[in-house]
Amino acid sequence: MRLAQHMAVASPQVRADCIDATEFSDLAQKYRVMAVPKVVINDRVEFAGALPEPEFLAQVLKATNGG
Amino acid sequence: MSILSDQDRQAVQKEFEALAGPVKLTVFSQSLGSESCLETERLIKEVVECSDKLSVEILNLVLDREKAEAYGVDRAPAIVVEGAEDYGIRFFGLPGGYEFSNLIDSIIVASSGQPGLSLETREALTNLKEPAHIRVFTTPT
Repeated sequence: MRLAQHMAVASPQVRADCIDATEFSDLAQKYRVMAVPKVVINDRVEFAGALPEPEFLAQVLKATNGG
Repeated sequence: MSILSDQDRQAVQKEFEALAGPVKLTVFSQSLGSESCLETERLIKEVVECSDKLSVEILNLVLDREKAEAYGVDRAPAIVVEGAEDYGIRFFGLPGGYEFSNLIDSIIVASSGQPGLSLETREALTNLKEPAHIRVFTTPT
């Protein structure tokens, strides 16, 4: 979550939600959360586990048509 | 009984010494209080007591529907972390365990408005062509 929230501060285009998958099992099911952390960007790109900053950014760009 | 131990409270107070500007935490709760809503309210009130730069507003998801919609909040408990502006940081569910550290970190970065990211990342994010809604799923452990 740390990278996501820093990205939200860096750009008005970015919103970062931290969601408790146990409390909100409906969302966890909808987004097929099998392991945490799981990251979903624009319902378009998803990955499990923590990524280093450049790779995380690449996923954000992928989810936004290459930035 | 408080949620934060004395040790936690002291650690948070120390981290908050570096706060640059005010931060407002808005909690969306539900009237027929689920345990996690009540716990979230209590936790955030205790966190806010750790610095005079912090303030809290407790709203009701149903009664304050317009504000909830404006914040893009559709479930409770939810926490909106706002610094000089609403940067779009939300927590859904009680931020316990490891997420508590992220909550504290989000308050610090919202306070400064200075993300801890490389110049390359910041430039790329500034040039985004469309919004990016990042959902990070976690568990409280």
